[in-house]
Amino acid sequence: MSFIKKSPWIIHYDGTSCNGCDIETLACLTPLYDVERLGVVNTGNPKHADILLVTGSVNEQSAPVLWQIYNQMANPKVVVAIGICALSGGVFKECYNVKGGVDTVLPVDVYVPGCAARPEAIIDGVAKACEILQQKLDHEREKKRTRKAVKNNG
Amino acid sequence: MDNNNIVISKNDLLENANRLHDEKYRLVQICATRVGENVLLDYSFGRDYEFVNLKCEIGQNDEIMSISRVFPPAFLYENEMHDLYGIKILHMTTDYEGSFYRTAVKNPFFPLKEG
Amino acid sequence: MSRRSIVPFGPQHPVLPEPIHLDLVLEDERVVEAIPSIGFVHRGLEKLVEKREYTEYVYVAERICGICSFQHGSGYCQAVEAIMNVEIPPRAEFLRTIWAELSRMHSHLLWLGLLADAFGFESLFMQCWRLRERVLDIFEMTTGGRVIFSVCKVGGVRRDISSDDMKRIITVLDTIVADLKDFERVFFDNNTVKSRLCGVGVLSKEKILELGAVGPVARGSGIKLDMRKLGYAAYDKIPQVEPIIETAGDCYARCLVRLRELYQSVEIIKAAASTMPEGEISVKVTGNPNGEFFSRVEQPRGEASYYVRGNGTKFLERFRVRTPTFANLGALLATLPGCDLADVPMLVLTIDPCISCTER
Repeated sequence: MSFIKKSPWIIHYDGTSCNGCDIETLACLTPLYDVERLGVVNTGNPKHADILLVTGSVNEQSAPVLWQIYNQMANPKVVVAIGICALSGGVFKECYNVKGGVDTVLPVDVYVPGCAARPEAIIDGVAKACEILQQKLDHEREKKRTRKAVKNNG
Repeated sequence: MDNNNIVISKNDLLENANRLHDEKYRLVQICATRVGENVLLDYSFGRDYEFVNLKCEIGQNDEIMSISRVFPPAFLYENEMHDLYGIKILHMTTDYEGSFYRTAVKNPFFPLKEG
Repeated sequence: MSRRSIVPFGPQHPVLPEPIHLDLVLEDERVVEAIPSIGFVHRGLEKLVEKREYTEYVYVAERICGICSFQHGSGYCQAVEAIMNVEIPPRAEFLRTIWAELSRMHSHLLWLGLLADAFGFESLFMQCWRLRERVLDIFEMTTGGRVIFSVCKVGGVRRDISSDDMKRIITVLDTIVADLKDFERVFFDNNTVKSRLCGVGVLSKEKILELGAVGPVARGSGIKLDMRKLGYAAYDKIPQVEPIIETAGDCYARCLVRLRELYQSVEIIKAAASTMPEGEISVKVTGNPNGEFFSRVEQPRGEASYYVRGNGTKFLERFRVRTPTFANLGALLATLPGCDLADVPMLVLTIDPCISCTER
């Protein structure tokens, strides 16, 4: 993970998960997996967060909440969908109150499969998210630099 | 484990609930099941390890009295039945008026007929 | 003159891993009323029985909740087996008991950790979750999964535990007990912890009976109610199944109940391991369920009731689960009025809420 120049701050929201992926996400932060040693911090405040972890599918009631959290996060931001329900709806796909995966509501960058997703897979997903975050940051810096150059030359 | 089913009519519901309350039963659960064009309501009560189940069949458009004044937590189950089955329940202590579960489909377990 | 204000609590809140929303009506710092609004996790999985065969539905039933997944699976299977008059082999009963108790251990350790986190004791939270990983290791060894196992099926169980593995499990359990003894005094005697727990959210015995609360919430107020005494699975063959009760009825009492139940679970697993008969682990089930049944099991959070109604086809007509958190919601709403706003996260946690169970 030497490519990471930043401590990624994560925020977790449970869509309509069965808790399985939630507790596995939480387990990543506790002694056995301990992602905090890699600089990952779990925060409850969307404005502090870089990475949004979503477990479970989305329903009518949770979709606006998810949007609200996403919109409050500062740019650039990355969304990680955790577990099969967040990917496609999983076993609950045919339920009347399930809209489908998280990507029906938000642009998803990383998909972590599994039912329940294993902590190793989640950590891998977060590492991928860090990579994407860095790319987005680089991209934005590049844009800024170009804009500045155009302004100076013009 | 025996279920001890007692079949009652909807008018006797409150009376039975009151009796069970006086006999120190607690509310275990209330459940609705669609049976053809009717709805079967199961009111389950428990005392220590005993179990009693009141069964009551009603039509979809029938109104039924709330037992939330006898058993306070009943309002949760009754709002749930109202939202999922569209059963009309009278005199609930807390009436969410259909916003307890905000489902994508109205009355998903028993969709109302067109017209 | 105090001012009234409404503070929305949730659905996304740092102390809650799950979404529940409460409108807290405050008078200055004091809560006067709490109005819950649920449905954020409502999927409608009960209706899925109409699209899944009754044997397949076990997988859906297990996914009602990832914390008590085993008991959801076995509770559903019990109900179906009762309708179909299926007698499962004794060894399967013992295996179900062992996995159910392991689930209870992992759930209680998880809860103790979350409670510690709620009162701001992060290292204690980490310690609890470190111990919990050992229970998950046992699950992984015996079932292949960490939180969702799929070992229960209609007619028995899918996997056996060999006697060598059983010995290994007991060694691990002994290490858990040893470590638990080490940090249980933090919950028992630490002044800071006690100042947050003692006398907070008191529920009297009468109030509990009125509200129909179940599980450790009821037992923390001195009510002897534990569905394991019904003797389902192999609980009728194990003498250690006596309800553990405390009488104070506050957060501290509920915490003690769960702590002591951890030791009890270890005892039950040991007893089950030593008396477990050899033999088959499942029977072949033919035909379709026709009839109805309420089955009740004791989950880590309390009594859960499963209603299954079949009509002679392979698709069930109705499946309904009343989970312990649904029964305890009334207790939660009763403890909130009169408390300080800062105690709300603690009180919400004290009933061990499982929202995905509640809303299904």
